[in-house]
Amino acid sequence: MELLERFAAGDLEAFETLFRQHQKEVYAWIVRIVRDSGIAEDLTVETFWRIYRSRTRFEPAGNFRAWARRIATNAALDHLRHARRETELPEDLPCAASEDSAVRGETRERIRQAFRELPAKYRLVATLALIEEEPYNNIAEAVGVSAALVKVRVFRAVRMLRKKLNSFGVEVAAK
Amino acid sequence: MINEENNKEMKELLKQAITPVKDTELRRDLWPQMLRKLDQQRSRVPWFDWALAAILSAILFLFPGAIPALLYHL
Repeated sequence: MELLERFAAGDLEAFETLFRQHQKEVYAWIVRIVRDSGIAEDLTVETFWRIYRSRTRFEPAGNFRAWARRIATNAALDHLRHARRETELPEDLPCAASEDSAVRGETRERIRQAFRELPAKYRLVATLALIEEEPYNNIAEAVGVSAALVKVRVFRAVRMLRKKLNSFGVEVAAK
Repeated sequence: MINEENNKEMKELLKQAITPVKDTELRRDLWPQMLRKLDQQRSRVPWFDWALAAILSAILFLFPGAIPALLYHL
């Protein structure tokens, strides 16, 4: 029996093999969304727990990698929903704080605050599209919506950010 | 076109405050953590079992006369 078939049938050894094959990739995807290595580790385990729980719904002929990424994205989104406003963007992830930076410290903090305050689903696509520069198609596949809808969400996120930044006194001209 | 320009402008602004995550390498094997989670979830009593136990306790508390009948049927 193939690995995916054994996994779908509830074989723990098959699950362990899949876990070891995909844990790095799942973690790398999640850490780019949540931007905290400890939280990303917990969410990687949570993702595989969800994968194991819903193994009977997995079609062995399907694409496990894409399925895992979709579940990982949902787990990260759930985290953003619950942790919103309470968590700072982690300080250990560097920001471009050079002397010659056009944006000074205070402005930078306002941008970070405005970003934190975005609704989770907009923050997710804005992080992936604008900061991580992930192609729209990849985001769409991971979120489970069309690329057109991802574009719409990015556009709305930009509009919300602009509005929020203007309310903070940071001038961002609307085109 | 305008949207693209808006996105580009915001992207530049954001990237000065929040940089892409460079270190995406997983430093340890998470399988032991996964096994612990599987064990915890297996030993967890489902909420409906607790609800059933609570209802049964309430019935026995309100109608103690039902205890012998219950024991008879066990």
